[in-house]
Amino acid sequence: MAETREQHDQSIKDALMKQNAKTVTVLSSLLAIQDSLGYISGRAIDQIASYTGSTLNDVWGVASFYTNFRFSPPGENFVEVCWGPTCHLLGAQGVLDCVLGELGLKEEGDTGDRKVSLKFNTCLGACSQGPLVSVNHKIIGPKLIGDANPKDFQNSVVKIISDLKKG
Amino acid sequence: MTSFDEIYSKSKSRYQELESGNKPWIRIGTAVCGEAAGSKEVVDRIKSDLRSLGVDANVSEVGCIGLCYAEPIVDVIKPGGPRIFYGNVNPDIASEIVKSYVSEDDYRPDLALAAMSESDVDGVMNMKDLPMWSKQVRVALRNCGNIDPMEIGQYIATGGYAALDKAVNSMTPEEVLKEVQDSGLRGRGGAAFPTGTKWSFLARSPGPVKYILCNCEEGDPGAFNDKGILESDPHSLIEGTILAGYASGASNGIVFIRHGHEGPINRTLAAIEQAYELGLLGNNILGSSFSFDMEVSLTGDSYVAGEETALMESIEGKRAMPRARPPFPAAYGVWGLPSNINNIKSLSYVPEIIAKGGEWFAGIGTDGSKGTAILCLSGNIKYSGMIEVPMGLTINQVIYDIAGGTPDGRKVKFLQTGGPLGGVLPDEKMDVELDFGAMSQAGAILGSGGLIVADERACAVNMARLLVAFCQYESCGKCFPCRLGMTNLIEILERVSNFASRPEDLELMTNIGQNMAAGSLCGHGQLGWNPVQSALKYFPDDFSAHMEEKRCITGQCAQQITTPQRTRSRWSPVQLLELKV
Ligand SMILES: Cc1cc2nc3c(=O)[nH]c(=O)nc-3n(C[C@H](O)[C@H](O)[C@H](O)COP(=O)(O)O)c2cc1C
Ligand code: FES
Repeated sequence: MAETREQHDQSIKDALMKQNAKTVTVLSSLLAIQDSLGYISGRAIDQIASYTGSTLNDVWGVASFYTNFRFSPPGENFVEVCWGPTCHLLGAQGVLDCVLGELGLKEEGDTGDRKVSLKFNTCLGACSQGPLVSVNHKIIGPKLIGDANPKDFQNSVVKIISDLKKG
Repeated sequence: MTSFDEIYSKSKSRYQELESGNKPWIRIGTAVCGEAAGSKEVVDRIKSDLRSLGVDANVSEVGCIGLCYAEPIVDVIKPGGPRIFYGNVNPDIASEIVKSYVSEDDYRPDLALAAMSESDVDGVMNMKDLPMWSKQVRVALRNCGNIDPMEIGQYIATGGYAALDKAVNSMTPEEVLKEVQDSGLRGRGGAAFPTGTKWSFLARSPGPVKYILCNCEEGDPGAFNDKGILESDPHSLIEGTILAGYASGASNGIVFIRHGHEGPINRTLAAIEQAYELGLLGNNILGSSFSFDMEVSLTGDSYVAGEETALMESIEGKRAMPRARPPFPAAYGVWGLPSNINNIKSLSYVPEIIAKGGEWFAGIGTDGSKGTAILCLSGNIKYSGMIEVPMGLTINQVIYDIAGGTPDGRKVKFLQTGGPLGGVLPDEKMDVELDFGAMSQAGAILGSGGLIVADERACAVNMARLLVAFCQYESCGKCFPCRLGMTNLIEILERVSNFASRPEDLELMTNIGQNMAAGSLCGHGQLGWNPVQSALKYFPDDFSAHMEEKRCITGQCAQQITTPQRTRSRWSPVQLLELKV
């Protein structure tokens, strides 16, 4: 069921009002909206501009700078694969290739059926457990799935992703 | 108004009950490293097993004790017993521990990692003999993995906020500043600037409103110690920040964290709230005339946001692009007000420095680098994790004696230090001491403390290419030598690793690198040439194999590396065309 324009405006307004940043800025507003809507829409840009007393240009400028913001609704599931140097040495490229293959993608982006959005991450912050992927914001390393061996880990990740595609 | 003594004695008695009361105390490490290894599942299993067995025990979720290779880690103290650590615990092992040791009396030496106790426990290694633990001197990490970060009482019971009480009620700001100057503490965020000197600049700036900014952007891949401290012991950062504020006459503190790291963010927010409740933040702290406020500010994904002036732009909600200096932050900082930027580690040392004195801290380490180094060990290494050792140990001691070398006994090829702007250090050079000067002389800055070990399967060209891909992707685009230089460098390195290099490429890279260093506003462009320069210096054979013999010695370059498309960079017009207004 598609959201009406009024509903969309209302969700943006709610996210703006409810943000728990102590100091409200263009960036804090963008983060709040991306967190609650999953993306930054054109309407969101308009509302942030008037809410923070900035120009549309300023808001677009900030939104296009930070690479976490996206401008179209995300897929149902969100997958990140780390390509930082530690994970790279521990076999991230193999994981990345499997994930891209399983999703039928050539680079980061959304699958055609919008089931999965894939993003590359420069470091998920738990390098000691690499190589890492994050599925719907849960970080998964080889130990979690009990696979010390890189090949097994790749297979488990492929399995998780194929379940997401079906789910 | 309750006095600090009252708060302390209340916290202390509650803590003693945990530590030596009549119930078992179970602690589980649930920082992000534990979570990635499955600690959440372990917590759930332990709680449900305790319920079904009808055993009464205290369960605490603690942070990271630093032995990340053995995560998930669970430790148990039974009344009157030693503290026994269990490593690599999965839900089934957790059930065994609960059944055999928590509910009965078999401490399961077969599952135990080590025991922390005065006397030896039969069949279990003492923590003092554990290679990764024995050489550690834990100052900033003293509480990590020991206390529940969501319980301010546990921090206070283990000596926390006593330094703050001492400072605001019996020392002048000048005396606090002098202790930090005497300690010789140098910033742990990368530039190693003396912390006391930096604070003295802020102390001299006028104004009722001045800021202490705590930098936990931590975009360096391979470094996780800042987030580790916030996740495991946020109060030591908060206490350090208040002390910095007292010493330099500041009124506000802002903890700057990258969004999405829920552990550090939530634990810091909760800690700030608890500190307010006890009157450790806010007006008239602990009955003194000093007032200080703190908040958390989140940023989006941008590596350069960690640079001190870009950080201020980001707090103001703008694009994280560095400002030209002067004016320096102490004169014109965030919102145009005087500010001081410090790394999380630098500030977390301060409570111990004030409690034990600057001279004590200066007694640890080397002449040029006082105190300890907080290191993150990862990569092809046996014992990965977060450790704190005295400055002056050699890298060899860290990699071989503490971290056990590579997991399968392969030869170490190089070490990547100090984040993507650092360098690579070959195995032969690893007798260098942990010391800011000695490390940068060897061409590998200590930086934020990330040490990534690569074994002989790694190719230096491949690593240089990956690091430059990172720097290119993360360039903020303000200075064209950095923006265009990184793009050219990655193009050339791609040619080299695809065996399609041109004869002039080496000279061209050097030329670009030198221009970037000369023409960029911030360290990103100035140091972005470091990884390639050090790879060229130490591994010329790797480069000549690719360029002249058209082959990769290790075979690593036969495989493509996928990195984010260059056209997706933040300053690319292509991205803007995609936006639909
Ligand atoms: C591109 C770039 C990124 C940086 N990122 C960080 C960071 O993530 N964390 C940090 O503490 N310092 C970072 N720094 C260093 C800061 O500019 C600053 O020197 C430091 O926070 C000061 O703290 P200290 O005096 O306690 O070391 C970065 C510098 C540059 C040039
Ligand atoms: S490099 Fe992958 S988590 Fe840090």
